[in-house]
Amino acid sequence: MVERSLPRRLTAGLVPAIPYLWLGGLFLVPFLIVLKISLSDAAVAQPPYKPVFEWGDITGFFGALDFENFELLTQDDLYFRATLSSVRIAAVSTLLLLLVGFPIAYGMARAPERYRSLLVALVILPFWTSFLIRIYAWVAILKPEGLLTQALTGMGLISQPLDILNTETAVFIGIVYAYLPFMVLPLYATLEKMDDTLLEAALDLGSPPWRSFWTITVPLAMPGIVAGSLLCFIPAVGEFVIPDLLGGSETLMIGRQLWSEFFSNRDWPLASAVAILLLIILVVPIVIYRDVEARRVEARP
Amino acid sequence: MNRRLSLFNVTSLVIGFAFLYLPILLLMIYSFNASRLVTVWGGFSTQWYGALFRNEALMEAAWVTVRIALLSATLATILGTLAALALTRYGRFPGRTLFTGMVYAPMVMPEVITGLSLLLFFVAIDLDRGFWTITLAHTTLTMCFVTVVVQSRLMTFDRSLEEAAMDLGAPPLRTFFSVTLPLIAPSIVAGFLLAFTLSMDDLVIASFNAGPGATTLPIKIYSQVRLGLSPEVNAASTILIGIVTLGVIGATLLSKCSVLRSRRNAH
Repeated sequence: MVERSLPRRLTAGLVPAIPYLWLGGLFLVPFLIVLKISLSDAAVAQPPYKPVFEWGDITGFFGALDFENFELLTQDDLYFRATLSSVRIAAVSTLLLLLVGFPIAYGMARAPERYRSLLVALVILPFWTSFLIRIYAWVAILKPEGLLTQALTGMGLISQPLDILNTETAVFIGIVYAYLPFMVLPLYATLEKMDDTLLEAALDLGSPPWRSFWTITVPLAMPGIVAGSLLCFIPAVGEFVIPDLLGGSETLMIGRQLWSEFFSNRDWPLASAVAILLLIILVVPIVIYRDVEARRVEARP
Repeated sequence: MNRRLSLFNVTSLVIGFAFLYLPILLLMIYSFNASRLVTVWGGFSTQWYGALFRNEALMEAAWVTVRIALLSATLATILGTLAALALTRYGRFPGRTLFTGMVYAPMVMPEVITGLSLLLFFVAIDLDRGFWTITLAHTTLTMCFVTVVVQSRLMTFDRSLEEAAMDLGAPPLRTFFSVTLPLIAPSIVAGFLLAFTLSMDDLVIASFNAGPGATTLPIKIYSQVRLGLSPEVNAASTILIGIVTLGVIGATLLSKCSVLRSRRNAH
């Protein structure tokens, strides 16, 4: 689209300019404000907080910064523990998702061609139903007198009510349930493209199935494994709804901490500092994810 | 491709899909429960649906949510399509790397951060929290999803049609409206539906940006769920699931039709 006349050039330039300005104004600028407020005094920034923006006074904007809020974060080991436990919960959930998701994706890739698109649609459909509702459904299932206890007592498998709700186990179940499509779809995409002749060759040469799986299937599925894992791990670290509804009061997660800092304690600068902390944790996985995705898009036939 | 489904494959598919669908089905079944207790079956009844429609606060929130979703999805579709065109048809324009970063970042950024940063921004520019702040926030979040959906379509279709139109002297705008737009229309519709659903569904970002003037359905449902289970929420959920399922089936049929039509035209 190379245009010569100036008016045409201007209209053509509007195409990138409009979304560019929108994202710059409503994504980048707000982000810089969080950074600024996380570095400002609680006294100045208490609600009804009025950050006085002297546009053009950049030195004023970046003057008077201090790291007090971050010092607070390091003094109280609550944040350190929340960080560790968020990363741990997200990592364990991601591992569980791999264990649950891989057989499903593998089964989908092996299904006859004409059923595959239907199976993909069936995996995506739950994702379209409200996230909140899907988590809420598990509250009714996992309650001590809930449907799971009833079903298992009915079968005579247990005599005591199960006490899963408000434990970390419930958080794992919730994350695995809610994020399963994100794990299955990238895995399926790589497994479906896999060359079966390699497996057949291994079989002909007398390799046992489990060995073929570890030496051929897993390495070939690696791009899908990495993409799916990061796609689950990144949002899981900052998850709020699942630990809040399924986890107990002692389930520490950083997203939940940010929420309570903001809504209960009304300490906006500290909430901003927690947001920056969460970002620092996630910056490496996000960058890796972007590179993996870029390579996956380029690798498409 | 000659692939056989082993017993293990079939079993994992059956268990996997049961795990995905049973909780939702149970929720829907229990919305027709006559008992007030959500986990005790007390016979079939549609009373909760009646209660739901008489619950004015909930209906009001539902109406606000639909209005926000329609408006933000419309804006997001326009912005997202423009962004997709910029990424696929403009080569290397200045600041492209930053632009790509800003398109992909909101999708992986935890919602608590997006919600908080937008709120602080709205407070800074002195915009009252409520209907408009939620709409702007949802537009920003969902336009990125629209961009990805439309971009993948723009990358795969035949550029020679556009080039032919240009060679025959059609100005760029005319080329876009008479050649490009009809070809990418299904993906634009899919992007709109995705944006609409994401907006209807969002709790975290809406909570940060909601004001006294506007409460959305997820915020209402969330505050009710925190107080305990309620059959009315089951009923509301069932209606939402029904609407979404119909929408997805509709969108699927629509894209199937357009694929068939383009195949017919190709022959």
